[in-house]
Amino acid sequence: MRAAAVAAVRRYRDAAMQKESLTPIRLVLALLVLGLLAFARPALALDPAVVHKLALGDTSDDKIAAINALVESGDEQAEPLLRALLAGNVQTSGDRVLIINGSTATDPVTGQKISPVPSDASDVVLNNYVRGVLDTAVSALRLVSHDRATRLKAARELADDPRTAALPVVDKALARETDPEIKRLLEIVSASVHLHVGSNAERLAAIRTLARSGSTKTETLLLPLVAKKADGSWAEPDPEIRAAAKASLASVDERLAWGDRVGLLFAGLSLGSILMIAALGLAITYGIMGVINMAHGELMMLGAYATYVVQNLFKAYAPGAFGWYLACAVPASFVVAGIVGMILERTVIRWLYGRPLETLLATWGISLILMQVVRSIFGAPNVQVVNPSWMSGGLQVMSNLVLPWSRIYIIAFAAAVVLGMWLLLARTRLGLFVRGVTQNRAMASCVGVPTARVDTLAFGLGCAIAGLAGCAVSQIGNVGPALGQSYIVDSFMVVVLGGVGQLAGTVYAGIGLGLVNKLLESWSGAVMAKIVVLVFIIVFIQKRPQGLFALKGRAVET
Amino acid sequence: MKRRTFVKGLTLGAATAAGGLAAPAILAKGKTVKVGVLHSLSGTMAISESVLKDMDLFTFDEINKKGGVMGHKIEPVVVDPASNWPLFAEKARQLLTVDKVAAVFGCWTSVSRKSVLPVFEELNGLLYYPVQYEGEELSYNVFYTGAAPNQQAIPAVEYLMSEDGGGAKRFFLLGTDYVYPRTTNKILRYFLHAKGVADADIAEVYTPFGFSDYQTIVANIKKFAGGGKTAVVSTINGDSNVPFYKELGNQGIKATDIPVVAFSVGEEELSGIDTAPLVGQLAAWNYFMSLKNPVNDEWKKKWAAYTKRMKLPYADKPLTNDPMEASYIGINMWKQAVEKAGSFQVDKVITAMGGQKFHAPDGFLIEMDPHNHHLHKPVFIGQVRADGQFDVVWKTKGPIKAQPWSPYLPEDKGKKDYAVKMTKKT
Amino acid sequence: MYGSRAWTAYGAFAVLLFVLVPLAALVTPSGSALHLSEYWVSLGGKIICYAILAVALDMVWGYTGMLSLGHALFFALGGYAMGMYLMREIGLDGVYHSFLPDFMVFLDWKAYPWYWSFTEHFWYCAALVVLVPGLLAYVFGWFAFRSRIKGVYFAIITQALTYAALLLFFRNDTGFGGNNGFTDFKRILGIPIATPQMRVVLFALSGAALLGTLLLGRWLVTSKFGRVLTAIRDAEQRVMFCGYNTEHYKLFVWTLSAVLCGIAGALYVPQVGIINPSEMSTANSIEVAIWVAVGGRGTLIGAALGALLVNGAKSYFTQEFPDYWLYFLGLLFVLVTLFLPQGVVGALRRLRRLRRPAPGGAGAGP
Repeated sequence: MRAAAVAAVRRYRDAAMQKESLTPIRLVLALLVLGLLAFARPALALDPAVVHKLALGDTSDDKIAAINALVESGDEQAEPLLRALLAGNVQTSGDRVLIINGSTATDPVTGQKISPVPSDASDVVLNNYVRGVLDTAVSALRLVSHDRATRLKAARELADDPRTAALPVVDKALARETDPEIKRLLEIVSASVHLHVGSNAERLAAIRTLARSGSTKTETLLLPLVAKKADGSWAEPDPEIRAAAKASLASVDERLAWGDRVGLLFAGLSLGSILMIAALGLAITYGIMGVINMAHGELMMLGAYATYVVQNLFKAYAPGAFGWYLACAVPASFVVAGIVGMILERTVIRWLYGRPLETLLATWGISLILMQVVRSIFGAPNVQVVNPSWMSGGLQVMSNLVLPWSRIYIIAFAAAVVLGMWLLLARTRLGLFVRGVTQNRAMASCVGVPTARVDTLAFGLGCAIAGLAGCAVSQIGNVGPALGQSYIVDSFMVVVLGGVGQLAGTVYAGIGLGLVNKLLESWSGAVMAKIVVLVFIIVFIQKRPQGLFALKGRAVET
Repeated sequence: MKRRTFVKGLTLGAATAAGGLAAPAILAKGKTVKVGVLHSLSGTMAISESVLKDMDLFTFDEINKKGGVMGHKIEPVVVDPASNWPLFAEKARQLLTVDKVAAVFGCWTSVSRKSVLPVFEELNGLLYYPVQYEGEELSYNVFYTGAAPNQQAIPAVEYLMSEDGGGAKRFFLLGTDYVYPRTTNKILRYFLHAKGVADADIAEVYTPFGFSDYQTIVANIKKFAGGGKTAVVSTINGDSNVPFYKELGNQGIKATDIPVVAFSVGEEELSGIDTAPLVGQLAAWNYFMSLKNPVNDEWKKKWAAYTKRMKLPYADKPLTNDPMEASYIGINMWKQAVEKAGSFQVDKVITAMGGQKFHAPDGFLIEMDPHNHHLHKPVFIGQVRADGQFDVVWKTKGPIKAQPWSPYLPEDKGKKDYAVKMTKKT
Repeated sequence: MYGSRAWTAYGAFAVLLFVLVPLAALVTPSGSALHLSEYWVSLGGKIICYAILAVALDMVWGYTGMLSLGHALFFALGGYAMGMYLMREIGLDGVYHSFLPDFMVFLDWKAYPWYWSFTEHFWYCAALVVLVPGLLAYVFGWFAFRSRIKGVYFAIITQALTYAALLLFFRNDTGFGGNNGFTDFKRILGIPIATPQMRVVLFALSGAALLGTLLLGRWLVTSKFGRVLTAIRDAEQRVMFCGYNTEHYKLFVWTLSAVLCGIAGALYVPQVGIINPSEMSTANSIEVAIWVAVGGRGTLIGAALGALLVNGAKSYFTQEFPDYWLYFLGLLFVLVTLFLPQGVVGALRRLRRLRRPAPGGAGAGP
């Protein structure tokens, strides 16, 4: 009814835009439209029996029947009710069904508002089967929305997940749709539904349309057409359809394979960026001072816990601005880890210069102490660091590829840190001193560089970067006292592979190791990939002990 | 003379008064019985196990308030084996030989249980194991208060295959690499074969403890789902669950497309994750915190009060979950068995355990099987709510008996359904 | 080799090991205060195995200057080799009553993989205990020393090696029990392990191995070979220029050290009752280094003493003050490297030298 009215109105509008004169025909049309509008007034009251079955139905089939009835009714009130049900905002109180909006409840059948919400209101529980049908129904209802963006989104959702139940609505929407992009998506949906019904010609047309899709669901739909039954015979008797299905499947698989490749690349880049930022601080401290800092992982852990504390402060004192807590957490972790690093340098590391093996042991001891301090203050179990809302979810790039926002931001963050580091080393006075001391400590000291202070600052800087890495890691992994232990060996491998004294080494080694790791993982599983990478590094070090990018003339020191 | 008598009298009077004052203290010191708590308080399993220690202490406190066990106050001995399996064995031996505890409540991973099992059998100790596990074990010295596979895994997969659960045709079995997921998946594979699912439709992937980069695995799940309606059966354990669920949510996997049922994820493990994208994902347990019955309400209230009193770190949001309920049942049944047997002696208590009944927070009268050392438990399938709690979407009518030896495994044919005491062989 | 005082101490220790402990464990009645329960005998045996491990590391680090952060790997490999034999010896008495170990049953394997063949023979496994760590050490060392990797880089790649092995052994598919490891041992050579007699025998064997290691080590370092080693530690390039082929010396002591670790691991496993990949973790390896550092690098007895002190403290602290144990250990690392570079034994020796009156000088009182 409503659709017919809409169609009529649109025809009238098109006619009006063609600037036809107000002829009696148009007058008649106008009256017709008004009449239709009058009689086709959408039922402001939903059928109470259907609503009751929807919310209080005993079986899944009852609920699904109710959903289908609501969709077919074309009722204006159906969409808000179904959307509320999907969002979990529908509750029942006794025999009444209520849509909850904050502290008020609305009865969808009568439109009456009730406040406050009755105390015995309980949630309507939907299982996955019902929820799937509901999802499709809401998308289908959105297909006839006036807003193009909503229609596009609904079409995309349906194209990714075509279900037969949506067919009548899809066909109606397709007939009415003028936007080419949405039309293309709806054709795919309609085709996937027409795959098994209709004449051979219709089916062939449907299969060929489906070749345009890049969705795994399409693959699922096409596979049965080229499959064999248990007794060896073809499931699909018609050879022409089989051939067409095979060709379409190949085209869909090709698109999916691209999605896989890009996904793999992204995963490698993501892992590489984390390795890089974790190892950067270590490269600086080892490069300048020859100090192997086994507490590096724990400094990352301190950065992660600083992020946790900032998150809690925001939760307690500024819950409205929670999305901003990361902006404060980044400098907080930088400062905390940096200060701890400088204290360590002044109290312990300073006395152990020239004795790298002892430094190794002493810093290991410090790592144990730091871990226990954190355990005593925050407890041994992991703590929860919640991602801000802009970090959750992902960017849908292809039908089978979603790139998580958190990882995208971390890659950008790592790049920013590397850039910042490079600027610091190449353009500032401190960077000049650091480079000088790295290359020739004695000469730098003779020339007047305050080596002791430079050492402290450089060590603090390396530790501060570790803190930043910890902040990044807290967003995608677990935060617990043992967080550092899982990153220390990887950081060492990156530093050893990349060579010390130059940033480029760490960057290339980190990203390279991330990519290689993910590539191997797709063949042989995560653990074997890691083992192979470790063995490779062990062998590589035999051949080239100074790493990929060593400063010229620097032999492997004892 | 008179002064001496006076002084003597005074001293005697003072002594009597002092004795009188001291007497209640001496009497109150009374009898105690030591019990051991063997849970990881640090390391990768601390996320799940440390709260069990607190629940054990709460239960001991509750029992002590009511007069203790057979008039003895419970004195807990808490040790931390730090998620280190050899250390579990060492601490178990220490509890039994040095502290001489009457019973031990502990372990979570099957590795830890298998590490301590030889110790308990050698020294004839008593262990209450409160966690769901893979079965294939029936020790005389252990009482298993968690679910066996037929009380958790099998009903969950049956639900997934049903229309309500999504009608899954392909199964992606994802687990942590140790005995519990390996054995459970072995049983599930035989079960799926029996239901007509081919090997090509079953994928089995394992990750090590503490693994945290699930990008590739989630991508593989999506790829696998291209071949047909897929469900994921997750036996991932410990803190690896958090990055796995985060990755699932971030990569946009909806429960209506690919449902994931987990056996080691409860309210506790979800408390650190944004659960909005995970609505509809499933877990199978014998208890959920959201169950509405008077025993559960009472238990939750008392637990919340205890956490506030002891200023536990999570006192502002106290949770209860299935292993906590199983610990609670186990400790109370031990108390009942001791009082029935009239002794703390292990063999007598073991005999008295058979047939013990207890009104549990899951709303049923739970019974310890007379012979097979396992509880009869109800099964609930819950789905994640946006607030991190679970809604029950399916449940059994009543408690079902455990089958520690799975009927689907050919090598389990002929295994006895009762425990046999280990005698020292030469 | 040893002065007379050292020989007396040696003898006394031997008496303690072979006479007093067996008496206390087996003969004295179980209620009396002099009785040593099985718990203490096993704990003592475990610490003795750790002492052997420490002495082996000392030979490589204290005397040759190579800090290895992967020695626990050789220890664990020896343990696994012995564990393979012990798993075979369970026979059909396992939980599943199968001729295969329990972990192979739940992996649904039907037969032993090829690398498990012949492991039911004790002598084969005893050979594996020596050969596997030795061969791995030899190959690794040959490549590493040829490339002249030293110092910090050497420490890091030993750490990478042990970490890679850890990951490998954690996989159940590798066939070594994965995270479960080997457990539930029943018999050695047909004799049950869980009896006091067997425990005392294992304890005595460990003690004998420790005494043997100390003697062997002492003989080695007081010989000409030992001189070259300390020269390599102090100034390797000069030794090379003098014409010695330092690679061969380093390779020999490195392989010997690995073999000793393997033997220690093999004795450790039946006493502890379980072996699991966490024995070869990097944290364990680094802890071995601190035992040596605490006791005294460059003195064999110091290493053994360090192992005893730190592990004894560990057993005590993790029971009494579990929250403070890591502070103590961490501080130990820091303080020993800063203030006690020669360890306890070194400090004692310095003290003794200060106390002794200077030759020809005025006799100062005690």
